[in-house]
Amino acid sequence: MRDVAIIGVKNTKFGELWDRSFRDVVVEAGVGAVSDAGVVGEKIDAMFVGNMSGGQFVEQEHIGALIADYSGLAKDIHVPSTRVEAACASGGLALRQGIYAVASGMDDIVIAAGAEKMTDVPSAKASSALAAAADREWEGIMGATFPGLYAMIARMHMHKYGTTSEQLAQVAVKNHQNGQHNPIAQYKTPITVDSVLKSIMVADPLHIFDCSPITDGASAVVLAPADIAHEYTDTPIYVKATAQASDTIALHDRRDITTLDASVAAGKRAYEMAGLQPKDIDLVEVHDCFTIAEICAIEDLGFAKKGEGGIVTQNGETAIGGRIPVNTSGGLKSCGHPVGATGVKQAVEIVEQLRGEAGKRQVDGAEIGMTHNVGGSGATAVVHIFSRNR
Amino acid sequence: MSVPRFWRKQIARYNLVGTHCKKCDEYFYPPRNMCPACRREGEIEEYKFSGKGEVVTYTVIHTAAEGFENQTPYVLAIIKLDEGPSLTSQIICDPSNVKIGMKVKPVFRKLGQAGERGMIYYGTKFVPEVADKC
Ligand SMILES: [Zn+2]
Repeated sequence: MRDVAIIGVKNTKFGELWDRSFRDVVVEAGVGAVSDAGVVGEKIDAMFVGNMSGGQFVEQEHIGALIADYSGLAKDIHVPSTRVEAACASGGLALRQGIYAVASGMDDIVIAAGAEKMTDVPSAKASSALAAAADREWEGIMGATFPGLYAMIARMHMHKYGTTSEQLAQVAVKNHQNGQHNPIAQYKTPITVDSVLKSIMVADPLHIFDCSPITDGASAVVLAPADIAHEYTDTPIYVKATAQASDTIALHDRRDITTLDASVAAGKRAYEMAGLQPKDIDLVEVHDCFTIAEICAIEDLGFAKKGEGGIVTQNGETAIGGRIPVNTSGGLKSCGHPVGATGVKQAVEIVEQLRGEAGKRQVDGAEIGMTHNVGGSGATAVVHIFSRNR
Repeated sequence: MSVPRFWRKQIARYNLVGTHCKKCDEYFYPPRNMCPACRREGEIEEYKFSGKGEVVTYTVIHTAAEGFENQTPYVLAIIKLDEGPSLTSQIICDPSNVKIGMKVKPVFRKLGQAGERGMIYYGTKFVPEVADKC
């Protein structure tokens, strides 16, 4: 297996991009990443596009081909393009498929992208599309919503470990604090614990400010064999691990409602592959679709003892400048969560950090970063580890 | 949900009929055709649950799922049945009285309707076992 590097990255602006279509945003991200890498079209061997619900959000399937076409990679050069779907982990999984393609030796230059256009439909339709990431026949039919499923995780976490609504709110406050320095973020306004707790209740104990918003956006990276990465860039970022794990589709079938076993398994596999431990990681982008999700994630990935995610957050250990900065980008909470894009956007943030290009969000001396992307209520987890050094 | 998709599991939904693996003595609801523990070695048979169980965790939904707008606030819960498996359902009860660990029993209720003139979906919801809990 060959070592793989990221040689180009690009996020579009995340938000309500009403003047732009699905294909517009994906092409912007893809062209941006390819330009960043200084790669010409003829050099591209393959592309993978993470997308959760194009069929429901923009009534468009066959997204691999669509994007190849509108990127100018279909005609004449006929670059193979594949759509990858794993609910909100679609982006992370597209990246993983891209890494596979390069690592295997089958392809050299590969684009991994992720995208979603969610605001073209009314929010009830968007919520309904998202609910398809859970078990429609045995959760959805009973009136389960996504916030509802995570609210049941939160309730159990509070019951078992004494986690408080204030601690959940502090996740949102921190991520907005970070996101205000991220030019792509949907919400750049800082918020307070009080404003989270006073925002309307969506699914008790989760308020609307505990939830990531509905967002449009796209992200892309360019991958290359590590051996030739320096031909394209002075600052290649190396892939040290890629790992994926599955769990039950329904929350009610889990061993422990407060632990995403898929995150634990993917994290463990990633640490083993990289030969690293949680203490070696300088910063991490975790899947904070809801504030409770970040608390579970830092526990499941070994950055906090089980049950102490709330306290660790409250103590500021996950802030920039803290022991383990979490979601320096602003996370899904502040940047927005275009479901298919998120996993790739997390990688773009880590690359910018490891290159030292993150501006006011920069983690001093960042050498090793991790991304953690979850599909559904935890039925898929994808974890990557990246390093400045090969 | 489409009529055939609902109809296929109608008996399971109406009567809490799941499955049991004779090999490892695990119970499953929703029903499974393959035992996730024994996989191909398993021996699956139908099993009707008593429906008694307790609340594992719950939430009060204020922003409803599509089709549930008229029911808010409603209590969504994970319920662990006495035989072992857990399922997601609603608890009909004053939301402020629901507690983790509360004992519940099943009731047959309308779940929803496919449009104004469409098919009505029925299924199993739960109520507190002790009536004065609500
Ligand atoms: Zn069995």
